[in-house]
Amino acid sequence: MRSVIDILDLSVSEIERLISVANDIIADPKKYSECCRGKKLATLFFEPSTRTRLSFEAAMYELGGNVIGFSESQSSSASKGESVSDTVKVVSYYADIIAMRHPKEGAPLVASLKAGIPVINAGDGGHNHPTQTLADLLTIKREKGTFDGLTVGLCGDLKFGRTVHSLINALSRYNNIKFVCISPDELRLPDYVRHASPQGNNMSFYETKDLEEVIGGLDILYMTRVQRERFFNEADYIRLKDSYILTPEKLKTAKNDLCIMHPLPRVNEISVAIDDDSRACYFKQVMYGKYMRMSLILMLLGITVS
Amino acid sequence: MNIDSITNGIVIDHIKAGKGMELYKFLGLDAYEGSVALIKNVPSKKMGKKDIIKIDSLLDIDLNALGYIDPNITINIIKNEVRTEKYHPELPERITNIIRCKNPRCITSTEQELPHIFKLTDKVGPVYRCLYCETKAQ
Repeated sequence: MRSVIDILDLSVSEIERLISVANDIIADPKKYSECCRGKKLATLFFEPSTRTRLSFEAAMYELGGNVIGFSESQSSSASKGESVSDTVKVVSYYADIIAMRHPKEGAPLVASLKAGIPVINAGDGGHNHPTQTLADLLTIKREKGTFDGLTVGLCGDLKFGRTVHSLINALSRYNNIKFVCISPDELRLPDYVRHASPQGNNMSFYETKDLEEVIGGLDILYMTRVQRERFFNEADYIRLKDSYILTPEKLKTAKNDLCIMHPLPRVNEISVAIDDDSRACYFKQVMYGKYMRMSLILMLLGITVS
Repeated sequence: MNIDSITNGIVIDHIKAGKGMELYKFLGLDAYEGSVALIKNVPSKKMGKKDIIKIDSLLDIDLNALGYIDPNITINIIKNEVRTEKYHPELPERITNIIRCKNPRCITSTEQELPHIFKLTDKVGPVYRCLYCETKAQ
């Protein structure tokens, strides 16, 4: 049974197909509005999530399907000590596909090994969140038209940011990608992420602490939040936190077609003054995320719409 | 010290001195009822000192898994008093329940019945990572 736990579970051609179907849904949503009639998505959210759970649920409803599930472990049998394996075995008899979020890393993989139905990882701790990456990829494709030859700035917490790691993995399979890693020393991209990524043609990394130094050369700027709790001392946090806040001032030298992205939720790392800038794409990412989840559900259920 | 030669069996040679008992236990030889010799601190030109394990039977055991513990060991297969095979174990692609994941955020930390499985991600090192959370084995 096919599941998606890691973005690398999907081949480049499968991602192209997912993007193609998502684009078709955007162009003609009515064509897809009944194609999951009679199918049920189980959203098993062992920890709270607003955006991802609602995105999955909206995706399934827009495909004409139904949704069952829970939104926190306290309202599931996990609170009685039931294992992930047992929970998904039971749910397999009620639903056709599972979207699971769990605070423990690897829980969706365990689920996929035990469930008799497809499992989509909707986030497991700080580990993987492949559907966020699918949202990112559709955003890039629609905004830039290609993945090849892009200069991608990754700014903020590159050490713990799972969305950054997954995006690097996904993009490194394309050609001539330049990653510009903008972060304080404390939050640098770990070497293992760089080395574990599939090596595409001419992929390169450049590291800097200074966003303004590099912003003029970027095609994509992927912002993440610099969190206070990641620093060893408060003084370092206070010294650095404003360096990684995007303001209209810092955008002055940026390209006119820069694509500004953020996995959300945002706290203060992108000034609200930028929201109306045509280069701000972070709310479009949310919309594209729903379409990619629709596309993924169709793929995993083996449903094609002609 | 005399150890009888083997008619049919396995000789695990060039074990790093002091590691013999670990391999002995890993192979479950403490529960094996046949003849086994664990010879410690044998003088070796190449290694200075080494351990050797001799098993007087062609046991069906996963010798390649030994590669995780000590990839430099030599495995000799003896049949009718003749050595028919001699090789270094390859690094196993997966190891199960040999080491435990130390990541407190890993699902194995709360679901006790799950096997602790590590997969080989880099032969240089070598690097093994937890199948579930991808944390590097220590």
